[in-house]
Amino acid sequence: MATPIAAVWNWIDERMPTLGEEYRKHMSEYYAPKNFNFWYYFGALSILVLVIQIVSGIFLTMNYKPDAALAFGSVEYIMRDVPGGWLIRYIHSTGASMFFVVVYLHMFRALLYGSYKKPRELVWIFGVIIYLSLMAEAFFGYLLPWGQMSYWGAQVIVNLFSSVPFIGPDLSILIRGDYVVSDATLNRFFALHVIAVPLVLIGLVAAHILALHDVGSNNPDGVDIKKNKDANGRPLDGIPFHPYYTVKDVAGAIIFLAVFCAILFFVPEMGGYFLEYNNFVPADPLKTPLHIAPVWYFTPYYSILRAVPPLFNSQFPGVMAMGLATMILFLLPWLDRDPVKSIRYRGGYFKSALAIFVVTFFVLGYLGTEPTNVWGQFGAWMGNADRATVAARVFTLLYFAFFILMPWYTAMDKSKPVPDRVTM
Amino acid sequence: MKKLLIALMFAPFVAFVAAPAAIASEAGYRLDRAPIDPNDVVSLQSGARTFANYCMNCHGAQFLRYNRLADIGLTEAQIKDNLLFAGDKVGETMKTAMTAKDGKVWFGVAPPDLSVVARSRGGDWLYTYLRTFYRDPGTASGWNNAVFPNVGMPHALWTLQGERGLEIATKKEGGHETHEYKWSQVSAGRQSTTQYDTTVRDLVNYLVWMGEPTANSRKKIGVVVLYFLGVLFVLAYAMKREFWKDVH
Repeated sequence: MATPIAAVWNWIDERMPTLGEEYRKHMSEYYAPKNFNFWYYFGALSILVLVIQIVSGIFLTMNYKPDAALAFGSVEYIMRDVPGGWLIRYIHSTGASMFFVVVYLHMFRALLYGSYKKPRELVWIFGVIIYLSLMAEAFFGYLLPWGQMSYWGAQVIVNLFSSVPFIGPDLSILIRGDYVVSDATLNRFFALHVIAVPLVLIGLVAAHILALHDVGSNNPDGVDIKKNKDANGRPLDGIPFHPYYTVKDVAGAIIFLAVFCAILFFVPEMGGYFLEYNNFVPADPLKTPLHIAPVWYFTPYYSILRAVPPLFNSQFPGVMAMGLATMILFLLPWLDRDPVKSIRYRGGYFKSALAIFVVTFFVLGYLGTEPTNVWGQFGAWMGNADRATVAARVFTLLYFAFFILMPWYTAMDKSKPVPDRVTM
Repeated sequence: MKKLLIALMFAPFVAFVAAPAAIASEAGYRLDRAPIDPNDVVSLQSGARTFANYCMNCHGAQFLRYNRLADIGLTEAQIKDNLLFAGDKVGETMKTAMTAKDGKVWFGVAPPDLSVVARSRGGDWLYTYLRTFYRDPGTASGWNNAVFPNVGMPHALWTLQGERGLEIATKKEGGHETHEYKWSQVSAGRQSTTQYDTTVRDLVNYLVWMGEPTANSRKKIGVVVLYFLGVLFVLAYAMKREFWKDVH
């Protein structure tokens, strides 16, 4: 007879065979390519951070008060009087930024190895929706500490919606629940942050993984491992996700947690980038800060917003450009016309374009954290234009050029032959 | 190539730590570095005394409980005898007796709560600000400040520092304005310049501590956590190696 654990398992399996079938399908008999490298940690790490955020968030809601008069104080109460409260709060604030770090790296991996290409277009689309939901989640959550940056950041973003022609003003009132960001706004953002968006995120993550497991994982060589199978129908270059990648991801997760904890315990403000200094001043609706900057993960798009000049006194073109900058990601699988997936075998045009794109993203990100006069002005010959604004315009064009020109440069590219089997 | 990519990836982090986002000083007065030390308990206690004696007439610290001062080595009896003036209990927070409404009438703006002021302003700003008040007959309070021009706050520590005067010469060079500051001592205070700098240093040290009382223990716990993760990684990596032996 079996051991007690196996006996319990058999008892369950007889009554609910689905459990075992799903376990085999997604873990012990899901064959992943054996040549995953460094870049393949960030998918599993995103799930780890999602769990960290949900668990720390549950504990924060136990003491946080979504009330304009009490919110700021309740966060300080958590930081000082709740046992271990400072730890939970820093886990959550560090986790918010680290979520974007791992998601950006995960998305970059997709660009490197062509993971968005056929047959994984749906995996990519679910991923982009997750990214957009994550932005919404971060935006709603950032209002909750009710500091100056929380308040004025929300004010700026909600005002963007008021620039939409015709329905704008009503739309922004609908979002705020008031004529300015106020207690009503705080309450609805709290509801959206702790219930609505997290539910959407969990559903989307499930869809993302199910879609991936139906078509199988890509790999750094971009070859299809299902083309070469052994007598039992198992891919020759595949290994079961569990135990191979579970043990590998555990080791990677520990390294990641070490980075996470180094920030959390030694530099939780990350020099003002993870927790902005001005957010330690309670929200004051009558006092606009001199310089309003969003948190770092939004700054590339904030730069694009600021770079586009107003048209007919309306900021709408900038808002459109910012929206397009994220929406264009959906089209990526169809913009890229090179059948070769991995950057290892792609030609010089794509490699250069990707390199320029990475630099562009960092420069736009940097410019978004600074006031537009950070680099001073050009002389009178340029109409005394702000250097940073001109730079942001150039880099905004480069950002869009990466996508819009992609059908041409990927079609013209000279790629190298792709091997039949993965290389280790 | 791979190493370069990884290095590039971590470069922004290094930049974050090395070049913190600017805490703006309104007038561009060069900030002095505050020589504070979070482990100097004597300095923290001296700062707490200055805070209770001079600052708390107008400013509160509504998020800090008196008995939290035990963390900087004060006993409950010491807190009661030396720092509790309004007859509060040690479990209460350090609120000011002044109401926000009175403050607004007297100073133009209500004196802000100082619980987390060090986290928004930074120690260097506070250290410079508290040492750069000067006499200015043009303002309502008769005081002005080099770091925070036209501040509503009068010089609360003037009996210690004495009265000082300041002449600001503005030069224009190629579109850029530069300021030259010329300080003078109008009347002497009870402390010498060195003594006063020490008083302010202790006060700022205290304000920084008050901004995040858990900061010291946070770092200590952090060291233990990182050692733990280090050991855990060795075991996890050994397990990975063992499982992956048969993958070629």
